[in-house]
Amino acid sequence: MSALSIRTLNLHHGLLHAVRDLSLDLASGEVVALVGANGAGKTTLLRAIAGTHRPTSGSISFDGADITAVPVHRRVSLGIALVPEGRRLFAQMTVEENLKLGTMSGRPGQWTVDKVIETFPNLAARRTARAGTLSGGEQQATAIGRALMSNPSLLLLDEVSLGLSPIAVDSVYESLSELMRSGTTILLVEQDLARAMRVASRVVCLLEGRVALEGDTASLPRERVTEAYFGLNHQRVVA
Amino acid sequence: MMNSLIQGILLGGYYALIASGLTFMFSVMRIINLAHGSLAVVAAYALFALAKNLGVSPFTGLLIVLPLMAIAGFLLQRFVLDRSLRAGALVPILATFGLAIVLDNTLFEIFGANTTSLAPFVGSLSYDSIELPGGIYVGVLAVYIFATAVVVLVGLQLLLSFTPIGRAIRATSEDPDTAGLVGINARLMTATAAAIALVTVGIAGAALGMRGTFDAYSGGAQLLFAFEAAVIGGAGSVWGTLLGGIVLALAQSFGAQISPLGFLIAGHAVFFLVLFVRLLLPRLAERMRRQA
Repeated sequence: MSALSIRTLNLHHGLLHAVRDLSLDLASGEVVALVGANGAGKTTLLRAIAGTHRPTSGSISFDGADITAVPVHRRVSLGIALVPEGRRLFAQMTVEENLKLGTMSGRPGQWTVDKVIETFPNLAARRTARAGTLSGGEQQATAIGRALMSNPSLLLLDEVSLGLSPIAVDSVYESLSELMRSGTTILLVEQDLARAMRVASRVVCLLEGRVALEGDTASLPRERVTEAYFGLNHQRVVA
Repeated sequence: MMNSLIQGILLGGYYALIASGLTFMFSVMRIINLAHGSLAVVAAYALFALAKNLGVSPFTGLLIVLPLMAIAGFLLQRFVLDRSLRAGALVPILATFGLAIVLDNTLFEIFGANTTSLAPFVGSLSYDSIELPGGIYVGVLAVYIFATAVVVLVGLQLLLSFTPIGRAIRATSEDPDTAGLVGINARLMTATAAAIALVTVGIAGAALGMRGTFDAYSGGAQLLFAFEAAVIGGAGSVWGTLLGGIVLALAQSFGAQISPLGFLIAGHAVFFLVLFVRLLLPRLAERMRRQA
Protein backbone atom coordinates (compact mmCIF):
# COMPACT_ATOMS: atom_id res chain seq x y z
CA MET A 1 0.00 0.00 0.00
CA SER A 2 1.28 3.43 -0.79
CA ALA A 3 1.89 5.63 2.25
CA LEU A 4 1.44 8.85 0.33
CA SER A 5 -0.65 9.27 -2.78
CA ILE A 6 -0.90 12.56 -4.65
CA ARG A 7 -3.40 12.92 -7.50
CA THR A 8 -3.42 15.69 -10.15
CA LEU A 9 -2.27 18.29 -7.66
CA ASN A 10 -2.17 21.96 -8.69
CA LEU A 11 -0.49 24.57 -6.52
CA HIS A 12 -0.35 28.32 -7.04
CA HIS A 13 1.70 31.14 -5.57
CA GLY A 14 -0.60 34.01 -6.45
CA LEU A 15 -0.47 34.06 -10.26
CA LEU A 16 2.44 31.63 -10.47
CA HIS A 17 1.38 28.09 -11.28
CA ALA A 18 4.03 26.32 -9.18
CA VAL A 19 2.92 22.69 -9.46
CA ARG A 20 0.87 21.42 -12.43
CA ASP A 21 -1.28 18.25 -12.44
CA LEU A 22 1.26 16.37 -10.40
CA SER A 23 0.64 12.77 -9.35
CA LEU A 24 3.06 10.87 -7.15
CA ASP A 25 3.00 7.75 -4.98
CA LEU A 26 5.34 6.85 -2.15
CA ALA A 27 5.44 3.29 -0.84
CA SER A 28 5.74 2.76 2.87
CA GLY A 29 9.40 2.85 3.97
CA GLU A 30 10.60 4.26 0.65
CA VAL A 31 13.26 6.99 0.45
CA VAL A 32 12.54 9.29 -2.48
CA ALA A 33 14.62 12.26 -3.59
CA LEU A 34 12.91 15.23 -5.19
CA VAL A 35 15.31 17.12 -7.45
CA GLY A 36 14.96 20.01 -9.85
CA ALA A 37 16.13 23.53 -10.52
CA ASN A 38 15.17 26.52 -8.38
CA GLY A 39 11.51 27.33 -8.84
CA ALA A 40 10.61 23.84 -10.06
CA GLY A 41 8.02 23.58 -7.27
CA LYS A 42 9.84 21.24 -4.86
CA THR A 43 9.42 23.31 -1.69
CA THR A 44 5.82 24.20 -2.54
CA LEU A 45 5.03 20.52 -3.03
CA LEU A 46 6.52 19.60 0.37
CA ARG A 47 4.62 22.44 2.02
CA ALA A 48 1.38 21.22 0.44
CA ILE A 49 1.99 17.68 1.75
CA ALA A 50 2.71 19.09 5.22
CA GLY A 51 -0.39 21.26 5.04
CA THR A 52 1.01 24.80 5.05
CA HIS A 53 0.15 25.44 1.39
CA ARG A 54 -3.46 25.04 0.26
CA PRO A 55 -3.81 23.24 -3.10
CA THR A 56 -5.85 24.84 -5.88
CA SER A 57 -7.08 21.43 -6.97
CA GLY A 58 -6.20 17.76 -6.67
CA SER A 59 -5.97 15.48 -3.67
CA ILE A 60 -3.43 14.17 -1.17
CA SER A 61 -3.99 10.86 0.61
CA PHE A 62 -1.96 9.54 3.50
CA ASP A 63 -2.24 5.94 4.74
CA GLY A 64 -5.38 5.56 2.67
CA ALA A 65 -7.23 8.60 4.04
CA ASP A 66 -7.82 11.83 2.11
CA ILE A 67 -6.00 14.58 4.00
CA THR A 68 -6.38 17.41 1.46
CA ALA A 69 -8.60 19.41 3.86
CA VAL A 70 -6.87 18.38 7.12
CA PRO A 71 -5.19 21.36 8.85
CA VAL A 72 -1.42 21.36 9.32
CA HIS A 73 -1.32 20.63 13.07
CA ARG A 74 -3.58 17.58 12.67
CA ARG A 75 -1.35 16.19 9.91
CA VAL A 76 1.51 16.15 12.43
CA SER A 77 -0.54 13.90 14.69
CA LEU A 78 -1.27 11.67 11.69
CA GLY A 79 2.49 11.21 11.29
CA ILE A 80 3.66 13.76 8.72
CA ALA A 81 6.60 15.95 9.75
CA LEU A 82 8.33 18.60 7.65
CA VAL A 83 11.84 19.90 8.27
CA PRO A 84 11.27 23.24 6.56
CA GLU A 85 13.66 25.09 4.30
CA GLY A 86 15.76 27.48 6.37
CA ARG A 87 15.10 25.34 9.51
CA ARG A 88 12.60 27.77 11.04
CA LEU A 89 13.64 27.14 14.64
CA PHE A 90 12.15 29.13 17.49
CA ALA A 91 15.20 31.36 17.95
CA GLN A 92 14.25 32.66 21.39
CA MET A 93 13.87 29.16 22.82
CA THR A 94 16.54 26.66 23.85
CA VAL A 95 17.48 23.55 21.88
CA GLU A 96 15.72 21.40 24.45
CA GLU A 97 12.56 23.53 24.31
CA ASN A 98 12.56 23.36 20.51
CA LEU A 99 12.85 19.59 20.68
CA LYS A 100 10.11 19.28 23.30
CA LEU A 101 7.78 21.28 21.06
CA GLY A 102 7.96 18.34 18.68
CA THR A 103 5.99 16.26 21.20
CA MET A 104 2.95 18.57 21.07
CA SER A 105 1.18 16.24 18.64
CA GLY A 106 1.20 13.49 21.26
CA ARG A 107 2.16 10.67 18.89
CA PRO A 108 3.68 7.77 20.83
CA GLY A 109 7.06 6.48 19.74
CA GLN A 110 10.69 5.97 20.47
CA TRP A 111 11.98 9.54 20.16
CA THR A 112 13.00 11.50 23.26
CA VAL A 113 15.27 14.52 23.81
CA ASP A 114 18.04 12.16 24.94
CA LYS A 115 17.68 9.95 21.87
CA VAL A 116 17.85 12.96 19.53
CA ILE A 117 21.01 14.14 21.25
CA GLU A 118 22.44 10.64 20.98
CA THR A 119 21.69 10.72 17.23
CA PHE A 120 23.11 14.23 16.81
CA PRO A 121 26.05 14.32 19.25
CA ASN A 122 26.88 17.91 18.23
CA LEU A 123 23.82 19.03 20.24
CA ALA A 124 24.99 17.53 23.53
CA ALA A 125 26.85 20.64 24.66
CA ARG A 126 24.22 23.05 23.31
CA ARG A 127 21.16 21.65 25.05
CA THR A 128 20.35 24.82 27.00
CA ALA A 129 21.62 27.27 24.35
CA ARG A 130 19.12 29.45 22.52
CA ALA A 131 18.43 28.16 19.03
CA GLY A 132 19.35 31.57 17.59
CA THR A 133 22.95 31.17 18.77
CA LEU A 134 23.61 27.80 17.11
CA SER A 135 25.83 27.11 14.12
CA GLY A 136 24.19 26.06 10.86
CA GLY A 137 24.87 22.37 11.43
CA GLU A 138 23.56 22.49 14.99
CA GLN A 139 20.45 24.34 13.83
CA GLN A 140 19.81 21.74 11.15
CA ALA A 141 20.26 18.92 13.65
CA THR A 142 17.79 20.63 16.00
CA ALA A 143 15.27 21.11 13.19
CA ILE A 144 15.49 17.46 12.18
CA GLY A 145 15.37 16.41 15.84
CA ARG A 146 12.26 18.53 16.38
CA ALA A 147 10.55 16.78 13.47
CA LEU A 148 11.63 13.35 14.75
CA MET A 149 10.19 14.10 18.21
CA SER A 150 6.71 13.85 16.68
CA ASN A 151 7.56 10.23 15.73
CA PRO A 152 6.64 10.69 12.06
CA SER A 153 5.94 7.86 9.66
CA LEU A 154 6.50 10.26 6.75
CA LEU A 155 9.43 12.67 7.05
CA LEU A 156 9.74 15.54 4.58
CA LEU A 157 13.24 17.05 4.41
CA ASP A 158 13.63 20.35 2.54
CA GLU A 159 17.24 21.07 1.60
CA VAL A 160 18.81 19.98 4.86
CA SER A 161 22.26 20.62 3.41
CA LEU A 162 21.60 24.25 2.48
CA GLY A 163 24.19 26.60 3.99
CA LEU A 164 26.13 23.84 5.74
CA SER A 165 29.81 23.04 5.43
CA PRO A 166 30.56 19.76 3.56
CA ILE A 167 31.57 18.15 6.85
CA ALA A 168 28.31 19.19 8.52
CA VAL A 169 26.34 17.82 5.55
CA ASP A 170 28.14 14.48 5.88
CA SER A 171 27.35 14.28 9.56
CA VAL A 172 23.67 15.15 9.03
CA TYR A 173 23.29 12.42 6.39
CA GLU A 174 25.29 10.01 8.54
CA SER A 175 22.75 10.53 11.34
CA LEU A 176 19.87 10.15 8.90
CA SER A 177 21.11 6.86 7.43
CA GLU A 178 19.91 4.81 10.39
CA LEU A 179 16.52 6.49 10.16
CA MET A 180 16.33 5.69 6.46
CA ARG A 181 16.86 2.01 7.19
CA SER A 182 14.32 1.98 10.02
CA GLY A 183 11.22 2.00 7.82
CA THR A 184 10.30 5.68 7.97
CA THR A 185 9.05 6.93 4.61
CA ILE A 186 11.19 9.87 3.54
CA LEU A 187 10.72 12.46 0.81
CA LEU A 188 13.74 14.72 0.56
CA VAL A 189 14.67 17.73 -1.53
CA GLU A 190 18.38 17.86 -2.24
CA GLN A 191 20.38 20.16 -4.52
CA ASP A 192 23.38 17.86 -4.59
CA LEU A 193 22.35 15.39 -7.30
CA ALA A 194 25.11 12.87 -6.54
CA ARG A 195 24.12 12.73 -2.89
CA ALA A 196 20.41 12.52 -3.73
CA MET A 197 21.06 9.55 -6.06
CA ARG A 198 23.19 7.90 -3.35
CA VAL A 199 20.79 8.09 -0.40
CA ALA A 200 17.44 7.62 -2.18
CA SER A 201 16.04 4.49 -3.77
CA ARG A 202 14.01 6.50 -6.26
CA VAL A 203 14.43 9.95 -7.74
CA VAL A 204 11.71 12.29 -8.99
CA CYS A 205 12.82 15.21 -11.10
CA LEU A 206 10.56 18.24 -11.29
CA LEU A 207 10.65 20.78 -14.10
CA GLU A 208 8.39 23.82 -14.04
CA GLY A 209 5.93 22.09 -11.74
CA ARG A 210 5.71 18.81 -13.64
CA VAL A 211 7.41 15.45 -13.18
CA ALA A 212 10.05 15.47 -15.95
CA LEU A 213 11.62 12.15 -15.00
CA GLU A 214 11.10 9.46 -12.42
CA GLY A 215 12.95 6.21 -11.77
CA ASP A 216 15.01 3.97 -9.53
CA THR A 217 18.37 5.47 -8.67
CA ALA A 218 20.05 2.14 -9.35
CA SER A 219 18.97 1.93 -12.98
CA LEU A 220 18.75 5.58 -13.96
CA PRO A 221 21.85 7.04 -15.68
CA ARG A 222 22.90 10.29 -14.12
CA GLU A 223 23.07 12.07 -17.48
CA ARG A 224 19.36 11.56 -18.03
CA VAL A 225 18.60 13.11 -14.64
CA THR A 226 20.84 16.07 -15.47
CA GLU A 227 19.04 16.50 -18.78
CA ALA A 228 15.64 16.43 -17.09
CA TYR A 229 16.94 18.72 -14.34
CA PHE A 230 17.83 21.49 -16.77
CA GLY A 231 15.03 20.66 -19.19
CA LEU A 232 17.39 20.08 -22.13
CA ASN A 233 15.04 17.61 -23.85
CA HIS A 234 12.13 19.82 -23.06
CA GLN A 235 13.70 22.79 -24.85
CA ARG A 236 14.57 20.69 -27.88
CA VAL A 237 10.96 19.60 -28.21
CA VAL A 238 9.78 23.18 -28.00
CA ALA A 239 12.26 24.31 -30.63
CA MET B 1 7.82 59.85 54.10
CA MET B 2 8.18 56.23 55.12
CA ASN B 3 4.40 55.94 55.17
CA SER B 4 4.08 57.28 51.61
CA LEU B 5 6.74 54.86 50.48
CA ILE B 6 5.03 51.81 51.92
CA GLN B 7 1.53 52.84 50.81
CA GLY B 8 2.91 53.58 47.36
CA ILE B 9 4.54 50.17 47.05
CA LEU B 10 1.30 48.46 48.06
CA LEU B 11 -0.72 50.54 45.59
CA GLY B 12 1.88 49.54 42.99
CA GLY B 13 0.82 45.95 43.58
CA TYR B 14 -2.66 46.83 42.35
CA TYR B 15 -1.28 48.55 39.25
CA ALA B 16 0.97 45.57 38.54
CA LEU B 17 -2.03 43.25 38.92
CA ILE B 18 -4.10 45.17 36.40
CA ALA B 19 -1.09 45.56 34.08
CA SER B 20 -0.27 41.83 34.15
CA GLY B 21 -3.00 40.85 31.69
CA LEU B 22 -2.20 43.77 29.41
CA THR B 23 1.52 42.93 29.22
CA PHE B 24 0.76 39.22 28.87
CA MET B 25 -1.47 39.90 25.88
CA PHE B 26 1.02 42.32 24.37
CA SER B 27 4.11 40.13 24.80
CA VAL B 28 2.40 36.92 23.67
CA MET B 29 -0.06 38.09 21.05
CA ARG B 30 1.30 41.52 20.07
CA ILE B 31 -2.13 42.97 20.74
CA ILE B 32 -2.78 46.12 22.76
CA ASN B 33 -6.20 45.50 24.25
CA LEU B 34 -7.85 48.89 24.79
CA ALA B 35 -10.89 47.17 26.31
CA HIS B 36 -8.65 45.92 29.13
CA GLY B 37 -9.88 48.38 31.77
CA SER B 38 -13.52 48.07 30.73
CA LEU B 39 -13.31 44.27 30.96
CA ALA B 40 -11.99 44.60 34.53
CA VAL B 41 -14.98 46.83 35.35
CA VAL B 42 -17.30 44.23 33.76
CA ALA B 43 -15.83 41.62 36.13
CA ALA B 44 -16.27 43.98 39.08
CA TYR B 45 -19.93 44.58 38.16
CA ALA B 46 -20.50 40.84 37.71
CA LEU B 47 -19.19 40.25 41.24
CA PHE B 48 -21.32 43.16 42.48
CA ALA B 49 -24.48 41.73 40.88
CA LEU B 50 -23.82 38.29 42.34
CA ALA B 51 -23.22 39.77 45.82
CA LYS B 52 -26.17 42.13 45.81
CA ASN B 53 -28.82 39.90 44.25
CA LEU B 54 -27.78 36.43 45.37
CA GLY B 55 -25.72 37.21 48.47
CA VAL B 56 -22.64 35.53 47.02
CA SER B 57 -19.42 36.82 48.62
CA PRO B 58 -17.08 38.36 46.02
CA PHE B 59 -14.46 35.73 46.85
CA THR B 60 -16.89 32.89 46.11
CA GLY B 61 -18.16 34.93 43.18
CA LEU B 62 -14.69 34.75 41.60
CA LEU B 63 -15.24 31.00 41.18
CA ILE B 64 -18.09 31.87 38.83
CA VAL B 65 -16.76 35.06 37.26
CA LEU B 66 -13.21 33.88 36.44
CA PRO B 67 -14.34 30.92 34.27
CA LEU B 68 -16.76 33.29 32.53
CA MET B 69 -13.91 35.75 31.92
CA ALA B 70 -11.84 32.90 30.45
CA ILE B 71 -14.67 32.00 28.07
CA ALA B 72 -15.07 35.68 27.16
CA GLY B 73 -11.33 35.87 26.40
CA PHE B 74 -11.51 32.78 24.22
CA LEU B 75 -14.46 34.17 22.25
CA LEU B 76 -12.90 37.65 22.07
CA GLN B 77 -9.81 36.17 20.43
CA ARG B 78 -11.75 33.90 18.07
CA PHE B 79 -14.35 36.34 16.86
CA VAL B 80 -12.82 39.80 17.26
CA LEU B 81 -9.01 39.78 17.56
CA ASP B 82 -8.22 36.92 15.14
CA ARG B 83 -10.42 38.45 12.48
CA SER B 84 -9.28 42.02 12.96
CA LEU B 85 -5.61 40.96 13.08
CA ARG B 86 -6.01 39.57 9.56
CA ALA B 87 -6.77 43.12 8.38
CA GLY B 88 -3.50 44.52 9.81
CA ALA B 89 -1.65 45.03 13.07
CA LEU B 90 -3.46 48.25 13.97
CA VAL B 91 -7.01 47.03 13.42
CA PRO B 92 -7.26 45.09 16.73
CA ILE B 93 -6.50 48.37 18.55
CA LEU B 94 -9.49 49.98 16.86
CA ALA B 95 -11.63 46.90 17.45
CA THR B 96 -10.86 46.80 21.18
CA PHE B 97 -11.37 50.57 21.41
CA GLY B 98 -14.85 50.05 19.96
CA LEU B 99 -15.45 47.14 22.31
CA ALA B 100 -14.52 49.34 25.28
CA ILE B 101 -17.14 51.91 24.26
CA VAL B 102 -19.78 49.21 23.84
CA LEU B 103 -18.96 47.67 27.22
CA ASP B 104 -18.88 51.01 29.08
CA ASN B 105 -22.25 52.09 27.72
CA THR B 106 -23.85 48.68 28.23
CA LEU B 107 -22.79 48.81 31.88
CA PHE B 108 -24.18 52.34 32.10
CA GLU B 109 -27.51 51.09 30.69
CA ILE B 110 -27.73 48.23 33.17
CA PHE B 111 -26.26 49.71 36.34
CA GLY B 112 -26.81 53.44 35.88
CA ALA B 113 -24.56 56.31 36.83
CA ASN B 114 -24.13 55.62 40.55
CA THR B 115 -20.72 54.71 41.81
CA THR B 116 -20.63 51.43 43.63
CA SER B 117 -18.18 49.18 45.47
CA LEU B 118 -17.61 45.61 46.54
CA ALA B 119 -16.37 46.82 49.94
CA PRO B 120 -19.74 46.32 51.71
CA PHE B 121 -19.70 42.65 50.77
CA VAL B 122 -16.27 41.73 52.14
CA GLY B 123 -16.96 42.43 55.81
CA SER B 124 -14.29 44.35 57.66
CA LEU B 125 -11.60 43.56 55.08
CA SER B 126 -11.96 46.91 53.37
CA TYR B 127 -10.88 48.82 56.51
CA ASP B 128 -8.85 46.24 58.47
CA SER B 129 -5.27 47.28 58.97
CA ILE B 130 -2.09 46.09 60.57
CA GLU B 131 0.33 48.29 62.47
CA LEU B 132 3.93 48.17 61.39
CA PRO B 133 6.78 49.30 63.69
CA GLY B 134 7.00 53.09 63.64
CA GLY B 135 3.26 53.67 63.85
CA ILE B 136 2.58 53.02 60.18
CA TYR B 137 -0.72 51.37 59.36
CA VAL B 138 -1.22 49.35 56.18
CA GLY B 139 -4.50 48.00 54.88
CA VAL B 140 -4.89 44.23 55.00
CA LEU B 141 -6.64 44.33 51.63
CA ALA B 142 -3.76 46.28 50.07
CA VAL B 143 -1.33 43.62 51.32
CA TYR B 144 -3.56 40.87 49.89
CA ILE B 145 -3.72 42.64 46.54
CA PHE B 146 0.05 43.10 46.45
CA ALA B 147 0.55 39.40 47.26
CA THR B 148 -2.00 38.46 44.58
CA ALA B 149 -0.14 40.56 42.02
CA VAL B 150 3.13 38.78 42.82
CA VAL B 151 1.43 35.37 42.64
CA VAL B 152 -0.27 36.20 39.31
CA LEU B 153 2.90 37.60 37.72
CA VAL B 154 5.14 34.77 38.91
CA GLY B 155 2.44 32.26 37.95
CA LEU B 156 2.25 33.63 34.40
CA GLN B 157 6.03 33.50 34.10
CA LEU B 158 6.21 29.91 35.39
CA LEU B 159 3.39 28.90 33.08
CA LEU B 160 5.21 30.33 30.06
CA SER B 161 8.62 28.97 31.03
CA PHE B 162 7.99 25.46 32.25
CA THR B 163 4.71 24.01 31.02
CA PRO B 164 4.01 22.42 27.61
CA ILE B 165 1.13 24.85 27.07
CA GLY B 166 3.44 27.78 27.91
CA ARG B 167 6.01 26.53 25.40
CA ALA B 168 3.28 26.18 22.79
CA ILE B 169 2.07 29.73 23.50
CA ARG B 170 5.61 31.11 23.17
CA ALA B 171 6.21 29.16 19.97
CA THR B 172 2.95 30.44 18.50
CA SER B 173 3.85 33.99 19.44
CA GLU B 174 7.27 33.70 17.78
CA ASP B 175 6.16 31.98 14.56
CA PRO B 176 2.56 30.76 14.17
CA ASP B 177 3.20 29.02 10.83
CA THR B 178 6.07 26.94 12.14
CA ALA B 179 4.09 26.23 15.32
CA GLY B 180 1.56 24.49 13.07
CA LEU B 181 4.37 22.39 11.58
CA VAL B 182 5.24 20.93 14.99
CA GLY B 183 1.60 20.05 15.65
CA ILE B 184 0.44 23.11 17.58
CA ASN B 185 -3.02 24.43 16.83
CA ALA B 186 -2.00 28.09 16.63
CA ARG B 187 -5.53 29.51 16.76
CA LEU B 188 -6.38 27.41 19.80
CA MET B 189 -3.18 28.60 21.51
CA THR B 190 -3.82 32.32 20.97
CA ALA B 191 -7.39 31.87 22.17
CA THR B 192 -6.09 30.04 25.25
CA ALA B 193 -3.62 32.84 25.90
CA ALA B 194 -6.46 35.37 25.65
CA ALA B 195 -8.50 33.29 28.11
CA ILE B 196 -5.58 33.31 30.56
CA ALA B 197 -5.16 37.08 30.13
CA LEU B 198 -8.84 37.69 30.89
CA VAL B 199 -8.68 35.55 34.03
CA THR B 200 -6.07 38.01 35.34
CA VAL B 201 -8.38 40.85 34.27
CA GLY B 202 -11.14 39.26 36.36
CA ILE B 203 -8.87 39.14 39.40
CA ALA B 204 -7.88 42.76 38.81
CA GLY B 205 -11.59 43.67 38.58
CA ALA B 206 -12.22 42.09 41.97
CA ALA B 207 -9.32 44.08 43.44
CA LEU B 208 -10.66 47.27 41.86
CA GLY B 209 -14.10 46.74 43.36
CA MET B 210 -12.91 45.82 46.84
CA ARG B 211 -10.34 48.55 47.31
CA GLY B 212 -12.59 51.45 46.30
CA THR B 213 -15.49 52.61 44.20
CA PHE B 214 -16.15 52.21 40.52
CA ASP B 215 -18.78 53.16 37.97
CA ALA B 216 -19.60 52.24 34.38
CA TYR B 217 -16.90 54.55 33.02
CA SER B 218 -14.05 53.53 35.36
CA GLY B 219 -12.49 51.34 32.68
CA GLY B 220 -10.60 54.13 30.95
CA ALA B 221 -8.67 55.12 34.08
CA GLN B 222 -7.82 51.47 34.84
CA LEU B 223 -6.54 51.01 31.30
CA LEU B 224 -4.43 54.15 31.65
CA PHE B 225 -2.83 52.98 34.92
CA ALA B 226 -2.22 49.52 33.49
CA PHE B 227 -0.73 51.00 30.34
CA GLU B 228 1.53 53.40 32.25
CA ALA B 229 2.73 50.65 34.58
CA ALA B 230 3.42 48.40 31.57
CA VAL B 231 5.39 51.08 29.69
CA ILE B 232 7.39 52.19 32.75
CA GLY B 233 8.24 48.55 33.49
CA GLY B 234 9.06 47.71 29.87
CA ALA B 235 6.24 45.40 28.84
CA GLY B 236 7.08 41.76 28.84
CA SER B 237 8.87 40.86 32.03
CA VAL B 238 7.41 39.87 35.40
CA TRP B 239 9.59 42.02 37.60
CA GLY B 240 9.46 44.86 35.11
CA THR B 241 5.68 44.96 35.38
CA LEU B 242 5.79 44.87 39.18
CA LEU B 243 8.46 47.56 39.23
CA GLY B 244 6.49 49.66 36.73
CA GLY B 245 3.41 49.49 38.94
CA ILE B 246 5.40 50.45 42.01
CA VAL B 247 7.19 53.36 40.31
CA LEU B 248 3.88 54.70 39.03
CA ALA B 249 2.21 54.37 42.44
CA LEU B 250 5.19 55.93 44.28
CA ALA B 251 5.14 58.90 41.91
CA GLN B 252 1.42 59.30 42.58
CA SER B 253 1.65 59.07 46.35
CA PHE B 254 4.57 61.52 46.52
CA GLY B 255 2.74 63.78 44.10
CA ALA B 256 -0.25 63.73 46.42
CA GLN B 257 2.02 64.83 49.28
CA ILE B 258 2.89 67.98 47.38
CA SER B 259 -0.64 68.87 46.31
CA PRO B 260 -3.99 67.03 46.26
CA LEU B 261 -3.92 67.44 42.48
CA GLY B 262 -0.42 65.99 42.31
CA PHE B 263 -1.56 62.38 42.48
CA LEU B 264 -2.45 61.93 38.82
CA ILE B 265 -0.10 64.60 37.47
CA ALA B 266 2.98 63.08 39.08
CA GLY B 267 2.01 59.63 37.75
CA HIS B 268 1.62 60.91 34.21
CA ALA B 269 4.82 62.96 34.49
CA VAL B 270 6.88 59.90 35.44
CA PHE B 271 5.27 57.93 32.63
CA PHE B 272 6.24 60.59 30.08
CA LEU B 273 9.70 60.90 31.56
CA VAL B 274 10.31 57.16 31.22
CA LEU B 275 8.82 57.16 27.74
CA PHE B 276 11.09 59.97 26.55
CA VAL B 277 14.15 58.42 28.18
CA ARG B 278 13.30 55.13 26.46
CA LEU B 279 12.98 56.86 23.10
CA LEU B 280 15.89 59.27 23.40
CA LEU B 281 18.51 57.33 25.33
CA PRO B 282 19.32 54.78 22.62
CA ARG B 283 19.71 57.63 20.11
CA LEU B 284 21.93 59.62 22.50
CA ALA B 285 24.05 56.57 23.18
CA GLU B 286 24.37 56.01 19.45
CA ARG B 287 25.53 59.60 18.88
CA MET B 288 28.08 59.40 21.69
CA ARG B 289 29.44 56.15 20.31
CA ARG B 290 29.89 57.77 16.91
CA GLN B 291 31.74 60.76 18.42
CA ALA B 292 34.03 58.57 20.50
